[in-house]
Amino acid sequence: MEYETQEVDGTAAVIVPRGRLTMASAPELKALVERAVGSGRTLVVVDLGETAFMDSSGLGALVGGLRSARTAGGDLRIARPTEQVSTVLELTTMDRVLRPFDSVEEALDA
Amino acid sequence: MGVLPARPGASTTAAATAAATRRLDVLRVLAVLTVVLGLNYVVWRWLESVNWNAWWIAVPLVVAETYSLVEVSLFAMTMWRARERPEPPPPPDGATVDVLITTYDEPIDLVLRTAVAARDITYPHRTWVLDDGARPTLRDAAHEAGVGYVVRTEDWRGRPRHAKAGNLNNALFLTEGEFLLILDADQIPEPTILDRTLGYFRDPEVALVQTPQHFTNVTQADPLGSQAPLFYGPIQQGKDGWNAAFFCGSNAVLRRESLMQLGIVGYVRETERSVRQALSTARRMLGRARRRAANPTQAAALDQVMSAADVALSRLRVGEAVGAVTFDFQRAVDDASASVVARDVATIQDDLRAIGALAMERDDELGAVVVNDDALSRLAERDWSPLGAVESVRALVRAVDVDRVDEAQPLMPVATVSVTEDMATAMRLHAQGWRTVYHHEVLALGLAPEDLSSMVAQRLRWAQGTLQVMLKENPLRVPGLSLGQRLMYFSTMWSYLSGFAAVVYLLCPVLFLCLGVLPVTAWSVDFFARFVAFQAASQVLFLVAARGVRTWRGQQYSLALFPVWIRATLTAAANVWRGRPLTFKVTPKVRGEGAGAWRVVWPQLAVIVMLVTASVVGAVRAALGYTDWADTSVNLMWVVYDLLVLSVIVQALRYRGYPAGREGAS
Repeated sequence: MEYETQEVDGTAAVIVPRGRLTMASAPELKALVERAVGSGRTLVVVDLGETAFMDSSGLGALVGGLRSARTAGGDLRIARPTEQVSTVLELTTMDRVLRPFDSVEEALDA
Repeated sequence: MGVLPARPGASTTAAATAAATRRLDVLRVLAVLTVVLGLNYVVWRWLESVNWNAWWIAVPLVVAETYSLVEVSLFAMTMWRARERPEPPPPPDGATVDVLITTYDEPIDLVLRTAVAARDITYPHRTWVLDDGARPTLRDAAHEAGVGYVVRTEDWRGRPRHAKAGNLNNALFLTEGEFLLILDADQIPEPTILDRTLGYFRDPEVALVQTPQHFTNVTQADPLGSQAPLFYGPIQQGKDGWNAAFFCGSNAVLRRESLMQLGIVGYVRETERSVRQALSTARRMLGRARRRAANPTQAAALDQVMSAADVALSRLRVGEAVGAVTFDFQRAVDDASASVVARDVATIQDDLRAIGALAMERDDELGAVVVNDDALSRLAERDWSPLGAVESVRALVRAVDVDRVDEAQPLMPVATVSVTEDMATAMRLHAQGWRTVYHHEVLALGLAPEDLSSMVAQRLRWAQGTLQVMLKENPLRVPGLSLGQRLMYFSTMWSYLSGFAAVVYLLCPVLFLCLGVLPVTAWSVDFFARFVAFQAASQVLFLVAARGVRTWRGQQYSLALFPVWIRATLTAAANVWRGRPLTFKVTPKVRGEGAGAWRVVWPQLAVIVMLVTASVVGAVRAALGYTDWADTSVNLMWVVYDLLVLSVIVQALRYRGYPAGREGAS
């Protein structure tokens, strides 16, 4: 599992998790969101296009990140889920709270 | 020591399997026989033998008998699938496990003894002491013993703590093992506990493996009825057969993924519900404030927020994601409030305080913040200043928004709905389609309360917790459960309603002996044939089901603790329906003061006196020819049975704790 953070501008950041987003790697995602929010980039898009697998702990990290971003007056959005990730979102009904965007650009502009 | 379920060695052989199958056949025949004979008795009672002249006691008696028939039938159904599992598969290689020991105020040496035993479990794992008391001495002791130490994070400050469930939920986000072994502070695990249980998780649908709770500080006679050999045995095995083995809070291994999934699903459900509720209330508040708007600017701002609330509600109705809807709504409120000047800050402050006071009610037992319907409608009825209304709406929706600022963490995987977190959690796991396993082998040794007062406090808490779950999440209606699972949960909850039936059973002979009132038309041959056949069948069913473990103690307490069950039912109902507090205590692990324990059981003592007095009165009345000796003898036998059952209370009062314990640290 590796993460890449792209700083879009002073107010937004894109985080790209590559590989398996599970209980072992979830805390790091939450920390990365907190770091972005702490630096003033309160709009965080998590690009799931290269996330091969996600479990409920991964979803938990997304919810944790959503909380950090909202508390700072921003938002967390998700984009480009892979098939497995979409299934998990539906299975846990998580898509009723966080609906994935088709592209990172759409997520940033919404 | 009683009969300890030991590591099954020979039970995997073909002969043992055949014997187990034969035993199950016998159990099933007895189960059917009991239910049929029970119906034969109770239907006849309703149709032929209710003494309507004394309906005020005759009807309660036949209702109580019907209650008992339902209870026995549910037990029979449980036994229908009571079978021993074969040897568990070997544990998987390389699984990651966290052992979590929950403590609040237990003595340091007791916690440490458990921690050291947990550390020495053979399967590779990490051990953590979850100290809700945040005691520096325990922290140092844990470090010295080489085990992890966890306290609540800053996020919990000023937010509901949710007792043991909160303690576990906090630790879930500070650890990362695939599996979690949960231990109460006094449950000392065997080194093999993980090797014996992890294998079940080879089935990817298994979420939980529960092992028995067994207590070492209990004498052979077990006057406090601490061991539950029928529950941690045939009953759990029967429930297991229906894929409904219960989670009992300790000595269990859980799959992290299943708990986290519960957390996510619960979070989504709660958020959707409370956001919708908050928006509807906001809409009504704004409507009232709009009529009082002081000037066109304020009116325009209120209109703006009102239409934003309408848009948000209709977007939710068509199924748009809550996150996006509330984000846009908050933005609209920001824009609107920017357009009006905060002229009367004091009024706004006042209004904001009203939100804190009204909308969110804190339930002290659960530590939960409850957004209750009554409070919300009162909020809507308040006369808001126009600007106050805008700010209040913002605060209201903010509190229940997707980031759940009302809670320490947005996800609460272990259920916080009840004072006993375990049953609700297991039921939600089952509703999500997970499987649970009961592994019948003692793998941890614990401590039971050693005096009557602590024991009664503990039973009261269990009963209240179970009944809370029943009233809040009725297993007969929760979606996702199979019929068998529904009835297995319902059976346990139903059994806690027995207090009312007990009162009737205790009162009936007294009424006859003192006043000559008969609830049954005749103690005829017909009556005895039906009654004795039913009773005999159900006792034999119990006997065979119990497989030689002693169940008399349990039978005694299920009747003798009737005041506890009644109190639990009334307080749980008042709590769930009227938001009344439960007065909840953590079960003490060390012996409390024995003096004055009789106060806890005065109703039982009063009943004993009443029964003895009634017997004397009854004998005199019969001797004087007021009543028939046959009727009197039947009622005297009834009294003798009641006294035998209640005698356990006297035994418990005289009990001075486990002998070894008195010499030891406590």
